[in-house]
Amino acid sequence: MELTKDEEAALKGESGETLQLAYRILVATGEATDAEKLVPIKWAHVSGVNYNTIGDAGEEFLSHLSKNAKVKVQTTVNPMGYDIDNVSNYNLDEEFIKKQESIRKSYEKMGTIPSFSCIPYEIFDLPEKDTQVSFAETNAAIYVNSISNLKTNKESAFSALASALTGKSPYSDLRKDLDSPNLTIRMKLDNPNELDLGMLGFFAGKIADSSVRISGVNKMDRRSCKSLCGGMGTSGRCGKFILDDKDADSEKVDFDKEEMKKIYDELNTTDSSDLITLGSPQLGLEELSDLTSMLKGKSFKKRCMIFCPRAIQNQALKLGYTKELERAGCEILSDCCTCLTPLIDKKNVDGVTTNSIKGAYYLKNSNGVDVNLKPLSKIVEEETK
Amino acid sequence: MTLKIIVKGKAKGKIMKSNNPINFLGAVDKKTGIIRDNKHDMFQKSVKDVILVFPHGIGSSVGAYTIYSLKSNGSAPAAMICTKADLSVVSGCALANIPFILVSQDDYDSLTDGDEVTIDTEAEKIL
Repeated sequence: MELTKDEEAALKGESGETLQLAYRILVATGEATDAEKLVPIKWAHVSGVNYNTIGDAGEEFLSHLSKNAKVKVQTTVNPMGYDIDNVSNYNLDEEFIKKQESIRKSYEKMGTIPSFSCIPYEIFDLPEKDTQVSFAETNAAIYVNSISNLKTNKESAFSALASALTGKSPYSDLRKDLDSPNLTIRMKLDNPNELDLGMLGFFAGKIADSSVRISGVNKMDRRSCKSLCGGMGTSGRCGKFILDDKDADSEKVDFDKEEMKKIYDELNTTDSSDLITLGSPQLGLEELSDLTSMLKGKSFKKRCMIFCPRAIQNQALKLGYTKELERAGCEILSDCCTCLTPLIDKKNVDGVTTNSIKGAYYLKNSNGVDVNLKPLSKIVEEETK
Repeated sequence: MTLKIIVKGKAKGKIMKSNNPINFLGAVDKKTGIIRDNKHDMFQKSVKDVILVFPHGIGSSVGAYTIYSLKSNGSAPAAMICTKADLSVVSGCALANIPFILVSQDDYDSLTDGDEVTIDTEAEKIL
């Protein structure tokens, strides 16, 4: 990879330890993806904010880094471990809160926007088409590449952080206009709901390379789009999909009932649950509005945790959704998400019902709880009175 | 063997080879290095001190922190060898100074599970 004189000097450490570290990461990721140079980016979205995922090593790394580091471009951050307004309702120890607060402060010191959201594309104004950005959170990287016409690598927590500190990122394939995926997935199911599309994403992620074409899917609503992106990000390294019904010259694989059942059987591990979670990715305003309408005159028979960004929760409060949702038995949480939450523990919870494929994978593998998968319509139909 | 060296260094250890990609955040315990995904072919094995050979990383962008944590906790692989680059694995190895090498599919196929090898990225060799 070709570096400018300034980049070369920074890599050697002439601009300080922080930038040397950042360039070391950018050069490694650039070399690994055959990028010929670094390009400027306008917006970084970093992951690695939740103490539950990054642990003591991550907390100490950020605390040290933030002493001398400042972000150079608009930088938003992923969810953390809890909502400070209601954390006392959950059984979380003091140590966790202390470490999480340290992480929050480290990011604040570096100049990031305290968004604590995995759906930055839904709560911030988007830059113009083809703008280069650097998004770590996998659902967000796939979403902005595929739906919002922005360009990002499927960044990692460290590569997006390095982009935030330098304003640059390797010019790898996903940043270029190379819209010719070598694989087409033919969706064979009619009228799929968001759960079906999440499973399609999970299936596609498993077999696709860095991008994939999907045929047989017409317009998706936002819920379905987010579900597909979340599923795809969980199972693979694919960072972009293109919806296209043209008969492309590429390998073709069908996603039919049989394939869907395999994914369902892999992720659905129980038929019963004592908790419902909605949100992974976090819910946006349309989804809260929909849910409010669906729950009219009904209430949940078991606990239901809803995760959304704080900005959305503030709007929902003003619009009266919060009151309605709480009446129906929902616990609404900001700044955190189902995915890798420390608030769901196998000591207290046996099974979780959710419509999130991403949530299902991590609930099972990280939290160790069983998962019951259902689309939202069925959750409302079967789990309310 | 043609090696594409991404993170330099020297390492010695036993090859632990998997046919499945790895989602470090979901599948690997960051303290012990033990694979906890019961669907993975390396379930219950530890990645500590091995030359970890696997197709590529998948999933969460936070997997990079898992790799960094493994190193901090003394449970990291001695080196990693993949056929494809995933930015979580690459950046995690770069930050943690774990030698990371990309190889062709043919060279990947020639690496045998359990073999004792020495890696020297300066000499561009796996012996």
